[in-house]
Amino acid sequence: MKKDAIGDSLSRVDGRLKVTGGAKYSGEYKVPNLTYGVLVSATIASGTVTALDTRSAERAPGVLAVITPFNAPKVPGYQAGAERPVRGLKLFNDNKIYFNAQPIALVVADTFERATYAASLVKATYNTEPFETDFHKNIDKGVTPQKGNYKDYVRGEANAYKNAPVMVEEEYLLPTEVHNPMELHVTTAFWDGDDKVTLYTKSQGVKGSQRSIAAAFGLNPDNVQINSRFVGGAFGSSLRTWPHEIAAAQAAKLVKRPVKLTLTREQMFTQVGYRPLTIQKIGLGATADGKLIGITHESHSQTAVYEEFTEGAVNVSQFLYNSPNVNTLYKVVPLNVGVPAPMRGPGEATGSFALESALDELSYKLNLDPIELRLRNYTDTDPERNKPWSSKYLKECYQKGAEAIGWADRKAQPGTNKEGEWLVGYGIGCGAFGAYRGNAMAKIKLMADGSVNIQSATSDIGPGTGTSMVLIAADTLGIPADKITFELGNSAFPNAPTQGGSATVSSVGSAVHDVCVALKQKLYTMAGKPADSMEPIDYVAVLKQNNMPSVELTQESKGNPEAQKYSMYSFSAHFAKVHVHPLTGQVKIKKIVACVDAGKIVNHKTASSQMIGGAVGGVGMAMTEEAVFDERYGRYINGNFADYHVPVNADIQQIEAIFIDKPDPVLNPVGTKGIGEISLIGVAPALANAIYNATGKRVRELPITPDKLI
Amino acid sequence: MNQFQYTRPAETAVAVKSLAKEPNGYFLAGGTNLVDMMKMGLVVPDKLIDINRLPLKKIEKTATGMHIGALASNSEVAEHAYIKAQYPLLALAINAGASPQLRNMATVGGNLMQRTRCPYFFDTAMPCNKRTPGSGCGALEGINRMHALFGASDKCIAVNPSDMNVALAALDATIHVTGVKGPRAIKIGDFHRLPGDHPELDNTLQKGELITSVDLPTASSAYNKHVYYLKIRDRTSYAFALVSVAAALHIENNTITGARLAMGGVAHKPWRLSTAETFLKGKAVNEDNFKHAAQIAMQGAKAYEYNKFKLKLAPNAIVQSLKLATGLAS
Repeated sequence: MKKDAIGDSLSRVDGRLKVTGGAKYSGEYKVPNLTYGVLVSATIASGTVTALDTRSAERAPGVLAVITPFNAPKVPGYQAGAERPVRGLKLFNDNKIYFNAQPIALVVADTFERATYAASLVKATYNTEPFETDFHKNIDKGVTPQKGNYKDYVRGEANAYKNAPVMVEEEYLLPTEVHNPMELHVTTAFWDGDDKVTLYTKSQGVKGSQRSIAAAFGLNPDNVQINSRFVGGAFGSSLRTWPHEIAAAQAAKLVKRPVKLTLTREQMFTQVGYRPLTIQKIGLGATADGKLIGITHESHSQTAVYEEFTEGAVNVSQFLYNSPNVNTLYKVVPLNVGVPAPMRGPGEATGSFALESALDELSYKLNLDPIELRLRNYTDTDPERNKPWSSKYLKECYQKGAEAIGWADRKAQPGTNKEGEWLVGYGIGCGAFGAYRGNAMAKIKLMADGSVNIQSATSDIGPGTGTSMVLIAADTLGIPADKITFELGNSAFPNAPTQGGSATVSSVGSAVHDVCVALKQKLYTMAGKPADSMEPIDYVAVLKQNNMPSVELTQESKGNPEAQKYSMYSFSAHFAKVHVHPLTGQVKIKKIVACVDAGKIVNHKTASSQMIGGAVGGVGMAMTEEAVFDERYGRYINGNFADYHVPVNADIQQIEAIFIDKPDPVLNPVGTKGIGEISLIGVAPALANAIYNATGKRVRELPITPDKLI
Repeated sequence: MNQFQYTRPAETAVAVKSLAKEPNGYFLAGGTNLVDMMKMGLVVPDKLIDINRLPLKKIEKTATGMHIGALASNSEVAEHAYIKAQYPLLALAINAGASPQLRNMATVGGNLMQRTRCPYFFDTAMPCNKRTPGSGCGALEGINRMHALFGASDKCIAVNPSDMNVALAALDATIHVTGVKGPRAIKIGDFHRLPGDHPELDNTLQKGELITSVDLPTASSAYNKHVYYLKIRDRTSYAFALVSVAAALHIENNTITGARLAMGGVAHKPWRLSTAETFLKGKAVNEDNFKHAAQIAMQGAKAYEYNKFKLKLAPNAIVQSLKLATGLAS
């Protein structure tokens, strides 16, 4: 038996660095001659900044520059007719204000404290214009998105649910949720001459950042070096290059010194995206025996006036259950707010909260067990695309999850299951997320001592990418994991996609697999054996015999064309057991079981951690997280960690991750599908449904705080 | 950061004298609130007088009860064996607040001085009479979910955020202070103010006065047997109270012979429920009496647009805290 194989539980290869402080994050690089940038934010939601009094700031000790819309050096990618235009907010390019807290100046000083103080001295004069931030008031102004495939969808007959014998028609509200990774967004930028720039920045995709920065400054991408070796959480907030990253490079160019720009926690609420406020209407119609006749899913979510953001909030209703009639509508409402960004399980997490809550409501109307209802509408092929699934083990998820949560102890009648004064409830929520694979490259080098180094320009925002890659390489090469190092987070490495959409193991893992196979074949050939020989050989000896100090290979791995014939998704069933106090509205989440069909699991230890982390994110979505807006000012009133409630340890009791762990035969050679998103999708409805089962109270507006349960 | 003077005297008299001369000076103890406010530009001091070297850390039993030095940390008080045994309500309330890290830094005197968490107070781009007198109250017609039910004014509807203060109110604590005019004692009920026309004033301390200790009456009257601190909040730890209740009862033969009740999260000061206490005295331990007491306690409550739920949550929390204190619930 191999020492380290796919399916093992390997501890994080960088775990020691992380827990001893040895892991260097973007804000921790000591660059000589460093200066510090601090952003000044607008306090109006719409209009123009007509003047900025920067005299006191400029005179303050240590200040090197105050960049404003009135003096900012032009960013080529921001200009009309730019060869490679930069999308989104063009910071300091003009004096227009689109949302409250939009940056209006950047102060650069020799220390962070001095820059912060000088920033407080900048005084703005505004020409205020009327603004719209009230989503509810403006929902009628929702538009079908211009880009992407968001056209109204109809299969069979629209609104067929209305004529069904049993019907549910309800509205569900998801408030604005902010990614809020522990690590603040930070960028250190410095130039080498006028055409070479280096950034240490929080990025989920160093190649994407390289392209964006190159476009912004009209540079050859090879002249842009992006480093992002460790990322302290991102959840989608670092999928793109944000205006403040460009501003850091712009400032560094101006002051001719390295500039480090760190967002404050408050700025993290307005500068780097969020999961948008969304209202969804669901109509479900079924026969008396629980066969769905019609699904209608309509969603409105907020976006920015200056940039359109979209996500697949209604997609899940098109394929998760078998219904002859399905129609969906998706609209966005442009407001004077910062632009949203994909947040873990983008679209599907939002959509499944509505769909899975409505399905639960239907189960009570039908007097049918919620799992049985899902089984009666189970679909063995994708009803949206009329294709077979590449793999689907959702039934097994229902069964194993139900066993682990103790579903047999659930009482069908809400409010009848008690432990002391506490009401006990069980709930289920399911989800699906596309299983993707992008083109990726990896470079491998075998050294004379038998050690192996692999490089790829992927990222690790927390799942333990390096660890999974080492395990795939160890398994493929048949050597111990501790002989292998995997390097990432550097734009000079071979191309890899941005870490998002749960596709890294599928994409980069395939490249690592393929480059290891290629190396192995080369070594077998060098040893004079058939390339596909199963007989173990001594790689070190082969190098020695051939008088080579090392051997190096780069390989690109592309998707499987066969995949076009299939619909490919990861599937999950989340279960929750809760206690609710009827008098105080307090909720104790006794247990969450996350059962997932994500193909072959490469590394059980890190995969379980990822599932648990996703479930905690789901607890936040369901129970505690809401960015609260005061519409009179268009400003958040809880932009800090004390008042925006990310779940804490005391909110979490037991979370169990269960993997079906059967390889997907189509998507990639390792047989994986993704787990990053699916770990969160379905958690919120499982909790809302469990709370209903306990109390008989249906909460359709998240988060489920105590006031909603008394 | 703004430039300011910093001194660290070793004697209380020096500290007091030093602040009296300084119109824009502040005492610095644990810094868990003041430093945050300085970072946010809510407080821009000219002088900070670090009082951490003053000999005000003692926690000791006295002839008349318990003496807690103003610089004793919240953790030290909550973990003190005699306090845990004889004044458990105080330990429970302290441990319901903040996080272990904050409780290690925060002092008893500083906790008494903790300023409101009203979001309008914290954002200099919004109006707040407490921060900038005369600028208006952002909360009155804003998002007032966390705000007061009792004793508010049209100038301010903010609440005192402290858990410790609620227990101190129930336990009849006395706050000892000293100033250039000498020492004086302030009953806890007179220490914090209602906002009235001057919400900028949280308490009745005179300019330059320093809290030196918090004294509790003897353990025999400390209500140490039937006690509970119930805090209802949006997450299980590290969140301010929607509503909290400190409940302590004397019970003989299933009859309540004395009751102490105070609420947090409902007023500009810890809100002692004296009428409910009077009602409970002489009554049997049962849920009906608790419900009646809660009803009495809620007389005069006034809610705003977003905190109407507190009109139900607060009496429910009173009932539940009494049930938990008496063992009717667990």
